[in-house]
Amino acid sequence: MNIELKNVSVGYVGKPVLSGLHLKAHAGRVLGLIGPNGCGKSTLIKALAGQLPSTGELLYAGSRQPPRALGYMPQDLQAPMALTVLEVVLLGRLGVLRLRVLPVDLEAVRQVLRQLGIEQLAQRYVGELSGGQRQMVFLAQALVSDPAVLLLDEPISALDLRHQLEVLEVVRTVTQQRQLCTVVVLHDLNATARYADDVALLSGGQLACLGTPTEVLTADNLALAFGVEARRYTADDGATAWLPQRALPGWPNIPRSSRPGQTQ
Amino acid sequence: MSGSGTDAVTLAYRNAARKRSAVALGMGTLLCLALLLDTATGPARLPVADVARSVLGQGADSTIEAIVWSIRLPVALTALAVGAALGLSGAIMQTILNNPLASSYTLGISAGAGFGAALVIVLGVALPVPEAYAIAVNAILFAGLACAGVYFIGGARAATAEGLVLAGIALLFLFQALTSLLQLMASPESLQQVVFWLFGSLQKSTWPKLAVLLSVLLLCVPLLVRDVWQLSALKLGDARAAALGVNVRALRFRCFVLISALTGVAVAFVGTIGFVGLVAPHVARMLTGEDQRGFLPVSALVGAALLSLASVASKTVAPGAIIPIGIVTALIGVPFFVWLVVRSRRAYW
Repeated sequence: MNIELKNVSVGYVGKPVLSGLHLKAHAGRVLGLIGPNGCGKSTLIKALAGQLPSTGELLYAGSRQPPRALGYMPQDLQAPMALTVLEVVLLGRLGVLRLRVLPVDLEAVRQVLRQLGIEQLAQRYVGELSGGQRQMVFLAQALVSDPAVLLLDEPISALDLRHQLEVLEVVRTVTQQRQLCTVVVLHDLNATARYADDVALLSGGQLACLGTPTEVLTADNLALAFGVEARRYTADDGATAWLPQRALPGWPNIPRSSRPGQTQ
Repeated sequence: MSGSGTDAVTLAYRNAARKRSAVALGMGTLLCLALLLDTATGPARLPVADVARSVLGQGADSTIEAIVWSIRLPVALTALAVGAALGLSGAIMQTILNNPLASSYTLGISAGAGFGAALVIVLGVALPVPEAYAIAVNAILFAGLACAGVYFIGGARAATAEGLVLAGIALLFLFQALTSLLQLMASPESLQQVVFWLFGSLQKSTWPKLAVLLSVLLLCVPLLVRDVWQLSALKLGDARAAALGVNVRALRFRCFVLISALTGVAVAFVGTIGFVGLVAPHVARMLTGEDQRGFLPVSALVGAALLSLASVASKTVAPGAIIPIGIVTALIGVPFFVWLVVRSRRAYW
């Protein structure tokens, strides 16, 4: 399923956050959403999840109706103290759950917990888990309904390095295997460069740039959007990494003449 | 399900189901014992075995039969039903407001019922119903009004849990102040009657009142079964529940209607009993967790057991006198609750 935005504006009552967005997210590809704090990344994800009203055309495979099978992982990690991991993940299948849980629902939970490597947590209360473990549990919840669209708001913010890699690897794999249309909010530019197929850079409530990671992640764009000078390093195998150097004075009004060039 | 049957998910599911069954069985046994004990206890102490024979219809002495069936059993069963209604309404409230301090008592619904009752007693303001039911009907009406007040005032901007809790606390103070005002205006006889009503008493229980209570309880069951998973989802927070497809506002509204009915009938017939609705859900949470399939029924069972045992205590603490049930539940329940909280290894809220 593809998602297409044509001149979409989103906001809260009396407070527009995003305006005039034109964007397309494709099935089988991961779209990384990046941008500074407050630029509207989470607002866009909420709008895509049908949690916020929008104007313009927001189309899911050509239809204005969000799909029933939509995996959404919000940013907040509020977790009830006395629900087990099994119960929380089961809730991802809320639309089909009966009073007595069916074997097919348990099997779906089993598969997704196994895929994320957290099967051993099934009996634990979510409230007792670490922030990173909770993030994995809520990712499992987003995946368990076998969604056509996967929307993840900062899914690796509380994870250690190893789990960041593991989670994003899983996200990329399931996106390709199940042909999901995946949109992920990320703050880590290197993770974005490595795992996103496409990148949308938001700035000041507008889409500043859309393209492949190489096209979007440039020193100029990062200076404009984040107000930082960053250098790109390229390894022998071609992998790239961005290293922020300093915060640019005068941001967000930086004259073009003083923007840093791209350094290799 | 996979063939092995011993993987972590299967194990977690089976263990949770076993735990729920064991708790239900244990609570059921406790309820039966409490019922027999409550029926046997009173000014004339009856042998428990004779009471059991009478309750089971196996024949007993005609005097015992008369005491059991005409006087004691309606009171004992009302204690169970009221306790279940208060426990259940407290559990629903704590779930939909995601707040462990929520109960129909702390959020002004019982206070609303109390004010409704005081209006009849002091000023004679009542709906055109038989006199025997005037206080009860007014209490139900004002419990409903308080519930509606919490919902609509708290939801004026957005029906968030915080807004609803604040509205409930405001209404609690309002209704308490209004009841105090009525008490100030009341004649000594009316004042005594109001105070006694507010203490809570099971002694005016009758079979018809019990039938009304049980009907409301039974009506709630299918409505709650329908929403049980959605209520569990609400424990994840409003945003996450909405993302899972829950219409949070509509769910809260349906639940407020149920809370209003459950609290209204419970308080109307026995007066204000504050402690059960607050504590029963906490005990249930410790026993079964917050999967609402176990949490709601166990809250009802715990509420029933607490009130039934409090009823026994109210008749035995001071020989020859019956201490109002509302006082006993607090006097015995508070230390019990503190003990539970202190000895609990886990933090559940």
